[in-house]
This record gives sequence, C-alpha cells and structure tokens, in this order.
Amino acid sequence: MHSYTERIREAAKRVLLEKRVDGVIGFRKGTVPFMNEPFLALSPQQADLLVWDGNCAMNLANYLPKRTDRVAVTAKGCDSRSIVIHLLENQIRREQLYVLGIPCQGMTDKRKLADRLNGKGILGVEERGDELRVYGRGFEYSFERGEFLQENCAVCEHKNPVLYDELLGEPVAEQQVDRYEEIRKIESMPPDRKRLFFEDLVRPCIRCYACRNACPACFCPTCFVDEKKPQWVGKTIDPTDTRTFHFLRAFHMAGRCTDCGSCERACPVGIRVRLFTRKLEKEIKELYGYEAGVILDERPPLEAFRPEDPEPFLDG
Amino acid sequence: MNPFLPYPVRIDSVITETEDRNLKTFTLVFINAEDEKKFVYVAGQFAMLSIAGLGEIPIGIASSPTEKGFLKFTVNKVGKVTTGLHDMKAGEIMGVRGPMGNSYPWDLLEGRNVVIIGGGFAFTTLRSSIVYMIDPQNRPKFGRIDVVYGARTPGMLLYKDELAQWEKRSDINMHITVDDTNDPDWKYNVGFVPTVTRQKAPDAENAYAIICGPPIMIKFTLPVLSELGFPPDRIVSSLEMCMKCGIGFCGRCNIGTQYVCRDGPVFTLAQLAGLPVEY
Amino acid sequence: MPDICIAKENFPELIERLMGRYRVYAPVERGRYYEFAQIGKAAEADLSFSNTLLSPKGLFHPQAERMFEYSLARDDPDAGIVKEAQKEFAPRLILGIRPCDARAFDLDDANFDTETLKDPWWIRRRDATTMIGLACDSPCSTCFCTSMGSGPYDTAGLDVLLADIGEGYAAEVLSEKGKAALEDVCGSSAAGACLQVAEKKGAAEQSIAAAFDPVAISKIGMLDLYNSPMWEEVQFACINCGACTFLCPTCWCFDIQDEVYADRGDRLRLWDSCMFPLFTLHGSGHNPRSIKTQRVRQRFMHKLKYYQDRYNRGPACVGCGRCVQACPVNIDIRQVGLKMASTVSSCSA
Repeated sequence: MHSYTERIREAAKRVLLEKRVDGVIGFRKGTVPFMNEPFLALSPQQADLLVWDGNCAMNLANYLPKRTDRVAVTAKGCDSRSIVIHLLENQIRREQLYVLGIPCQGMTDKRKLADRLNGKGILGVEERGDELRVYGRGFEYSFERGEFLQENCAVCEHKNPVLYDELLGEPVAEQQVDRYEEIRKIESMPPDRKRLFFEDLVRPCIRCYACRNACPACFCPTCFVDEKKPQWVGKTIDPTDTRTFHFLRAFHMAGRCTDCGSCERACPVGIRVRLFTRKLEKEIKELYGYEAGVILDERPPLEAFRPEDPEPFLDG
Repeated sequence: MNPFLPYPVRIDSVITETEDRNLKTFTLVFINAEDEKKFVYVAGQFAMLSIAGLGEIPIGIASSPTEKGFLKFTVNKVGKVTTGLHDMKAGEIMGVRGPMGNSYPWDLLEGRNVVIIGGGFAFTTLRSSIVYMIDPQNRPKFGRIDVVYGARTPGMLLYKDELAQWEKRSDINMHITVDDTNDPDWKYNVGFVPTVTRQKAPDAENAYAIICGPPIMIKFTLPVLSELGFPPDRIVSSLEMCMKCGIGFCGRCNIGTQYVCRDGPVFTLAQLAGLPVEY
Repeated sequence: MPDICIAKENFPELIERLMGRYRVYAPVERGRYYEFAQIGKAAEADLSFSNTLLSPKGLFHPQAERMFEYSLARDDPDAGIVKEAQKEFAPRLILGIRPCDARAFDLDDANFDTETLKDPWWIRRRDATTMIGLACDSPCSTCFCTSMGSGPYDTAGLDVLLADIGEGYAAEVLSEKGKAALEDVCGSSAAGACLQVAEKKGAAEQSIAAAFDPVAISKIGMLDLYNSPMWEEVQFACINCGACTFLCPTCWCFDIQDEVYADRGDRLRLWDSCMFPLFTLHGSGHNPRSIKTQRVRQRFMHKLKYYQDRYNRGPACVGCGRCVQACPVNIDIRQVGLKMASTVSSCSA
C-alpha cells in the first residue's frame, strides 16, 4: 500500500512539471486516525504531501463535475467507474483528466474497529502490509487488515480501475462474490417487518446530506430535496420525509452507483444507506445486465432505450 | 411579545403598479387596532409579510409613518410567497411582522440637503422617505430635496400618480427618468440614473445621498457621487439580503459581523468599506 | 471547590428523586454512540460516556420546532391568522452534560437573548432547565476545550459540576437552580475531596493538547482574515454537507418554513446550515455565497472571528471536537484556526 504513496508523488510531480495538468487531486494525511483529507496539489512541493493508505476511501470523482481546469486524479476501481459515469453524463471532458489508476486492496472501516475495541479511544493507526496496528491510551493491538475492510470493499468485484492514463501498480486479483445476500434477506421479509426494518435503519438520520454530498453521482444544481416550486420533500426530520429522501436518492442512483461506499463512510450517524443503493443496483443488474461505469461507452439503462428492454409492468 | 408572531392584517386594496404586472402595491389594515399602535416605524425600515401556508418575505415599508391607518408595501413577484401574495385580493387576511431594521439616519439628515436616488422597484422605502420629508411637520427639518428616480420604461415606474404630483411641488426637485421610451408624451428625462444624477444632482456640500437600486445601478452611480464630492460617510444605501427571521436570530443575513436585518439594512458606504464584500 | 460528596451507590436514588421533580435528560447508549434523551428509569442514564454524538443543543433548539399554527379552512373566520402553538415548559434537568456543551449554551445566549429582542422558546427552555454537569477525566484526542476558553472542569453555564472521585461524585453547587436540585440529597462533606478534584482537574487539562489561540485571531483585522489566500486551500475537500453545523453546539442557524396539511398548517423552524448552497440564495437568483470557498470561509470566520468581534466573549467554539470527528473529509477546525491565527495583519487593520 505504501509503495503507492511514492508512486503517486512521483507521477504527480511529473505531470505537474510537464504541465500536463493544473493540479493533482489526491489525499493528504489526515489529522485524526482513519482519515485522510482530499487535497489538490498545485505544485511539485505540494505533491510531496500526497499519501495513500487504507483511509483513502472517499471517492475523489466527487470533485470533478463542472471543473474547468485540467486535473490528475487518483482513482481506485470504484472511483474510475464513477469517472466513466461522469464522462457519459458530460460532467467533465476526457481531455481534462489524467487518471492515476490505483489497483485497490480495500479500505479500512473505522467503525468495525471501534466496535472491536468496545469504544476505546483510538489515537493512531498504522498499516504495515496486511497488518493493522491500532493504539490508544494504554493499549496497542495488531489486527489483520482483511478483517476490517469497509463493507463495500469486502464485496467488491472491480478493484482494478477500468479507466486510467497510468496504472500505478500491478493489477490485483478480482473476486466473484454474492453482493446481494443481505438484499435478498430484506426482500424476503414480510411487509410489516420490512417497514419496521427501514424505519429503524433511517431513524438516526439528521438530514445533514453528507451521504448525498459525498456521492460523486449526486451533482444536480438543485437537489430534489431542495426544490421549492413545488416542494417535493419536507425539510424536517419527519420520518416520512426522511425515508422519501433516502428512497428517492437511491432511485436516482440506479445504474449510476459504483458502490464506492463514500455515502456510508460520510454519514455521521452510521446509517447503512448502501442497503438502498444495492437494492437498486441488483434490480438494474437483473433487468438490464448492466453494471455502472464498467464499459466505457455504455450508457446507464435509465438514460438509454433499447427495443428489447424488459417491461414487466406492461406484461399484465 | 413574541417577535416571530405576525400581526393579522387585512388587504384593503391591491394596485398593479407596472406594465409587466410583476409589481403590485398592497395596502394593509390592522385587524386589531392596538396592533397598529404597537407598529411604530420609521422610513427606511422593512417588515416581514406573512402568508399562512406559504411563508414570509422581507419587504421595505412603502408607506410613511405620517400616513395613518394603513401600511403600504410594493412587492415584486419572484418566488413562491410573492406569487401567492400576488394572487390575493382585497378582503383577504395575511400577516405583518415588524417593523424591522435600522431605517435611514433621520437624525443625521436634519438640517441637510438630501439627494435621493432610486432605480426600479427599489424605490419603495424611498417613497416612504419622500412622503415623510414633505409632510408639513417635517419639511422644515431638511434643506433642499432632490430625487432621481429611473426605471426601464415609463410603464415600469412605481407610484406614477404621486410622482406627477411631487413633480409639481416647489419644495422638492424631481428628476424622473427612463432608460428609453418612444412615448411622444413622455415629459421627463431619458437616460440612465447615473447620467441623470451627474447632470441634475446638486452640490454635495452639506448633503447626504440615499441610494437604492439594482446592483448595476448602484455600481455606476457611486462613482458619480464621489465625483460630485459626496464622502463615503454621507452616501447611504439600503441593502437587500436573503432573510428568514428578520430579527437577527437565524444567522442567515450577515455581512461580516453585521446582520443586514438588525444592524442594517441601511449602511453608509463608509461602514460597508469595513465589511467583507459578500452581498 | 466541591460542596458535597455523593456516593455512587446513592446516585440512582438521587436520579429517581430528581425524576420526581424534573423531566430528567441523561446520556443514553444507542449502540455505537450516546445521545441525551429523557430517561424513564435511573438505570437508563449512562455516565460512562465520553460525549454524545449529537450535541445536546436539540434540547434548547430542536431540529424541527412548531412555532405557530393556523387554520386554512375556507369557512373559518380565523383562517390565515397565525397563532402560537401551545407548548409546555415543565422543569427539566440535564444530567451529565459536559462542561464544553454547557458553556456552548451560554455562548448561544448571545444570539437568542439580546437586550432588545428575545427568542421566546429559547428563553423559556433555558429558564426551565437545570444542568448538572460531569467533568471530563479522559478527554478525547479531538478535544481542544482548553484552547477555547473552556476546560474539562469548566463551570460556565452549569448549575452543578460533578467530578468523579471514585466511590462517589464531588458536587460543586454553582447557582440557585443547582442548590434547589440538590436540596434534599444525602451526601457527605467534600472537604477531603478538594485536593483530589484539583489534581484531577490539572491532570485532565494537561492531557489536552493546545490547538490554536483565538485571542490572536481577534487581534487580526476582519478583512485581512477574509481576504487571506488560505481559504482556497481550506475549502477544497469540503463537500458542503451539514454534518459539522448540525453536530456543533454553537451553531444555531435556522430556516423558517410553512407546512400545510389540507385545511391547516404549521410554521416551523428547522436547523439550516451556512454550508448549504441555498442558504443565502435570494429570490432574484442572486447568491452572495454561490462559491464553495465563500461558504467555507463564512463558517470559520463566523465562529472564530465575527462572533468574537460582535460579542466580545471569545469564539463561538467550545472545542468539543465533534466537527473534527464527524467531517467526512477531515477538515479540521484546529488546523484552520492555526492558519487564521498566523495570518499577517496589514498595516491598516
């Protein structure tokens, strides 16, 4: 993982010196454990601040829509697929981008670690290969990184970038997993239990919109929750309004979400919003055989029409 | 007294002011007589107009405190609440909350010449000011009064009848102008407000300038005022800002340390020079 | 100085008695985090928390509050007339609030309780509430209260301050309300605990790293800070969500909205955030803070500069560290404060 840091810095300095780009979007070291800060390096000196580790989870494609400059950007598998969606949806032009592809070994889930440590305050975390060293006041533990991957990383089938100008490492082995086991469990719940499940799931929501704002696919100038004429959704934490926000946002993600996990990671109260987005992802996969952003020129199904598109609602 | 609670009022009349029908003047009457006694205001202040079910909007008070028994507001139709208001008719009930804001600096204006410069529909609190100043009780307090008021076309001027009446008076100099017109009966000036200001405005000596209008008009008129010799502390403007509470609680309308609804909306240029340009 | 010591074994009984006189709010565990909630039994209160995820500001300034109601029924002569929604402000007690949060409400008072205008709901809630605080002995690594004029044993805004001395709590009574709350408590002399509490206070304060100096910021000219080139870099990562503002105990900005249900409606006030692009959007379409840099700058300038300049009682920040923990992209107010404090003042400031 750490070798990526050196390679990112080298590539960043090079493209800045060659004036191929105006800036390099990556991460610099965070001020608290498990966090890195998205950072725009504008000079070779600033490029030396770029880092890479298992806390580079936020999808940097989020910073691309409507940019007018040329930028390099580090992109994991999921990030690169989001970039493909951006290109298909005209949020940025290919010529503006220099994608530094990162074959990804998964990001760390700080909440899983906090659970394991029973809420003990973590002061620092260090990655050494597959080992995760976590320390705090009066304790130090060593864990296997693989046990504490973010949930989306644990079921990721596209670790390698699908789009890049430079690949900064050897491709990693992909896996084939059942991504929808939990979704099917929820689908099979009887309606009343399902409703209670969703009520409980979304209850802590404070409508801060961190999930929406962390998502690269959410770039509408005026989000539907902010519309006033007419006002579609109330702005309080009324449970119906809150559920409407989450359900509708998931529908807007259908065929566009790359399951980067930024939404869940951003949520300050830890809501597992990916349960909604993965349900829509499953539907799109089953109906149209489509996965967001994997094939560079294939438009998401809800933005394209083919005569053979399934129409189960018309079949009576 | 709950400063968020509006006084109930009834719409007494609605007049469409402009040819594009986007500006209407509402004359409002307090439903409870004692509320009118509480609503003591000064020219330059604003109030929140409240429509139950739609919301509130901050609007400059167009009537003068010398006019008793009613309040006047001229409202531009821009959004949800103003559209709802424009659909309302005489006899309907709404609410008024206020008065709010800091008003024009009448204590400083006493004994001075006053130059009022207004553009478009920002003229509302300037109407309040003019009616206040030419009231017989108040007129002696001020020196020469000049008013430059411009709109895009004659049909877009507010308070046309009153403008014509004031034009005839000898104790106030009206310089009404339009950007352009092909009306052969147009008797007044043709030209942008900054130009007319330069031509017609009097000496800056012992004078204050009050300027209200769209940003572009202000941008080009301020240099003219400087040229004429008005120092920044004698140029007064009323700012617009997005407001919700209107009373300095909701945090929305600040420019630096100042809340436009509470410490403003009236500021001198000298005061604005010490604030961030974020308006 | 503590006035009385309350044995921990007597504490549940104390809570039960308090519940007879007040609605008691205490830290309650909710899975991964804590929140202040009204308790039905003493056992629900869990004082082993570090701090709650959401600040207790919702107890004084609810996220959604019905201010007024009105009828919209066609034949109702009162239709369209806005009336105050009936509420009751029964006595409440917040048990276990941390000193930083209690101080935050004193800072918020500057906004809601002014000489000329007072927010009726804020005032009535403040008047009806007694706060028994719990001093911090294990501050988090993200705490920086000591740099903000507060501290783990700060008494500002509290009616009683409890310090955990092992077998019991040493309680310092700070106000008439605090005295009334503890009037019939069974306790023992606190004379022996004074030294212990002083030592724990010192140790707790020592354990908090210095962050930045808000006094330095107050001395730099407003426009020098505003026009500093530092904001371009600070703003890049920000995603303009409301996490920081909603969790912050000294953020109070709100929106006012009407919600209609067939033939009646409510006028509500709800939390809003200067981080949201629409916060300052005019009806005309003009937006003085249409660019992210302007919004990011506004938040830090308001908390660390404008508030100081306007009210002369320090920054609108108590160093609770919630924003540092919650920001999805690790924008750290401690770093921003350092940059602000080291901004060079121009000669004309």
